Amino acid sequence: MFENLSYSQLQQYWWIIISCIVAILSFLLFVQGGQTLLNSLSNNETEKTIIVNSLGRKWEFTFTTLVTFAGSMFAAFPKFYATSFGGAYWLWIAILFCFVIQAVSYEYRKKPSNLLGSKVYETFLFINGSIGVFLLGIMIATFYTGSQFKLTGNFKQVEWLNPFHGLEAILNIHNVTLGLALVFLARILGAQYIINTVSNENIEKKAAYQVKINSVLFLLFFISFIILLFSRPGVSIDNNGNAFLEKTKYLKNMINSFYIIIFFLLGVVNILLGIWMTLFTKLNKKSIWFSGIGTILTVFSLFIMAGFNNTAFYPSTADIQSSLTLQNSSASKYTLIVMSYVSLLLPLVFWYIYYTWKAINKKPLSISEIEQEEHKY
Amino acid sequence: MNIDASLVDWSRAQFALTAMYHWFFVPLTLGLGFMLAFMETIYVKTGDQEWKHITKFWQKLFGINFAIGVATGLILEFQFGTNWSNYSWFVGDIFGAPLAIEGIMAFFLESTFIAVMFFGWNKVSKKFHLLSTWLVAFGASLSALWILVANAWMQYPIGMKFNPITARSEMYNFGDVLLSPVAVNKFLHTVFSCYVISSLFVLCVSSWLLLKKREELFAKKSIVIAATFGLISSIFLAFTGDGSAYQIAQKQPAKLAVMEGLYNGKKNAGLVAFGILNPKKQLDNNEKEFIFKIEIPKLLSLLSYRKADAFVPGINDLISGNEKAPDIIPASEKIKEGKIAIEALTAYKKAIKENNTLMADSLLKVFNDKYKYFGYGHLNHPKDIIPKNIALIFYSFHIMVALGIWFILLFTIVLIITFIGKYGKNKLLLWLAMLSFPLGILSSQLGWVVSEVGRQPWIVQDLMPTFIAPSKLNSSYVVLTFSLFAILFTILLIVEIKIMITQIKKGPERSI
Repeated sequence: MFENLSYSQLQQYWWIIISCIVAILSFLLFVQGGQTLLNSLSNNETEKTIIVNSLGRKWEFTFTTLVTFAGSMFAAFPKFYATSFGGAYWLWIAILFCFVIQAVSYEYRKKPSNLLGSKVYETFLFINGSIGVFLLGIMIATFYTGSQFKLTGNFKQVEWLNPFHGLEAILNIHNVTLGLALVFLARILGAQYIINTVSNENIEKKAAYQVKINSVLFLLFFISFIILLFSRPGVSIDNNGNAFLEKTKYLKNMINSFYIIIFFLLGVVNILLGIWMTLFTKLNKKSIWFSGIGTILTVFSLFIMAGFNNTAFYPSTADIQSSLTLQNSSASKYTLIVMSYVSLLLPLVFWYIYYTWKAINKKPLSISEIEQEEHKY
Repeated sequence: MNIDASLVDWSRAQFALTAMYHWFFVPLTLGLGFMLAFMETIYVKTGDQEWKHITKFWQKLFGINFAIGVATGLILEFQFGTNWSNYSWFVGDIFGAPLAIEGIMAFFLESTFIAVMFFGWNKVSKKFHLLSTWLVAFGASLSALWILVANAWMQYPIGMKFNPITARSEMYNFGDVLLSPVAVNKFLHTVFSCYVISSLFVLCVSSWLLLKKREELFAKKSIVIAATFGLISSIFLAFTGDGSAYQIAQKQPAKLAVMEGLYNGKKNAGLVAFGILNPKKQLDNNEKEFIFKIEIPKLLSLLSYRKADAFVPGINDLISGNEKAPDIIPASEKIKEGKIAIEALTAYKKAIKENNTLMADSLLKVFNDKYKYFGYGHLNHPKDIIPKNIALIFYSFHIMVALGIWFILLFTIVLIITFIGKYGKNKLLLWLAMLSFPLGILSSQLGWVVSEVGRQPWIVQDLMPTFIAPSKLNSSYVVLTFSLFAILFTILLIVEIKIMITQIKKGPERSI
């Protein structure tokens, strides 16, 4: 089946898969967003515990998706893995720290003898949800804004030409707009998820208010990001494989593809519809699904155009010919074929996630429910 | 090539630190997962509420341990890229695939059903809950499979060929990578070691309860499961250990020689049952190898080559060759061939750039002829093929084997005494059972020392020396991240132990 696809088609197939993973990861950041709202949404410790437990039943999905993103990049586009991870060292290390502290915080927060106290673990959750998400946004933005690296020698060794090794990306205003947009989007989704899974009037009311506030900030940064993206040049690849700068490359990529533009518009409309449902309708418990699907479609369309249409998906601002493309950074055809067969398992994975999600979330969490729960965070 | 030795050492130290901390937690996740499944199966089959309490108690400890295992695992996965960028490119085509498959097949399975396992007791049917527990156990071992396949490939690179255009190894047979004898042995040996450690953990905690005269029925039921699972696993551990050693003899003879402190190869080689190495012995002096040793005649030859009179090459034979064993190519020869391969590759790339096809073809032929020793071309001296820490590897191996034998004995004794109803009466045995858990952790860590320090100087056997694999970073960066990780992991470990001890002291809850 996959043997009949050309090398180039397989590379594109894997870029689609990775775009899906990044899109789903962006949606799952609702866990992180929710973590930043712990104090804003709760009046007392019981309410806080309800929120933590509502989010805590999903934290592993975000974590696993992040790991799968790294693993898939390693397998499908190993040159990216070697370049970005090894080059933007401090950026990735900072992201890792933000996620490591999350992994233990849910389980340890309320356990006796947890050494650091609940507040510290809640602070860890806040750092993960704010700085962690912001840095992830910065990292994703570098797929458009590029980084200062060069590939040299027999083994195409990565030479990172900026001494800050990734932290310099934080000083790029375009990157910052995406980082902040992602933080506020995660907070919107987090609030909507909490409305969906919690049965508590006070929490729900406060969550709806947070959706309102964060929507304004999200739209401000998201629109800024999109304006900057569509007006910036991108690295194009000519028929001989040479890289060159092309004006408004990403705008052209968007306009040139019917599907990408439809996904993008549907995505944005769905996010806005979800926000509107939370604020102005009685269907606010369902709003997470609209904003969630909207997030997936929007991020998917933006990420996919970073690599399609002869675009370098990881541009080098130091040596344009070192820019990474689907062609020059991908795994061999054989490996992509093997991996493609493995990707056929993904629908099964989605199915059992959906099934268990429904089973666990079928009853909203309330004070009485949390009091009866034996295993709680 | 300019090598920053300090960068290499710190990058290795950081990876070792993360891997060793990770390995404190993983064995418990793998083995406890199955024990939870056994316990819950008995509960579902018999309806006996006591088994439900037992399952829930161990499940709580499983959860405390699981979180920190996930945290350290994340760093490991990313560290291949952050600190071993050159390696990532060289092997990414082969190594990346198992990692991605691990994410798609195993991590999602674990993370999805673990939520049902913890929160689903009153939300899903008994059978679905049981299925979820089994899937968590299965998912954990499945994730071990993929990462161990990747590790085994580094010890025995197979199913790949080098692409001179892309300057990296590329996979051509996934089946060979997945089912290589090294991978199969490594997977089985490692997971059985995890099952043994988890059994020792359950035995340790249950013995403590008996020592304190608390929860006797609960403890004894847990001990039956742990000792049975532990005995079966430790016997399989011994068999797969033998299989692993056999594979090492075939594929990594230098590692085997160092594991046994064997400097001069011989026929009818004996296995060192107990030995004290002579600290004055160096590769280039004639000091005696051992101060004292007890050897089992012919056993090393038999275990390594399945023939009692087989010749087992020693460290000196592998460095300088041996007239009596003409098949052994001296390291100096391999280094010479490897340097020719590297030069041919450089010239080939230049010829390709200049469109000199004729020249490129002939250089490619030279390269392909010498590729087998490609990695040796980066070495400078024949003795570089031997790992530097001979004593560390030798003692690690022997202590690990001795502990493995002790665990078989311990589980057998515990099981027999439990079945005659006397376990708990002998305090010495309870203490021995309790102390054996940290020994289990130690033996497992030592196993990794043998495997990973023992394969030096290679990161990919014969193809890529470790010192050319790191990311091009300032070594002070890695010193800083090493320190940060060391502090973070140590705090997390202390927290985990404190929480765990508190939960154990609380004992099982019987409220529902």
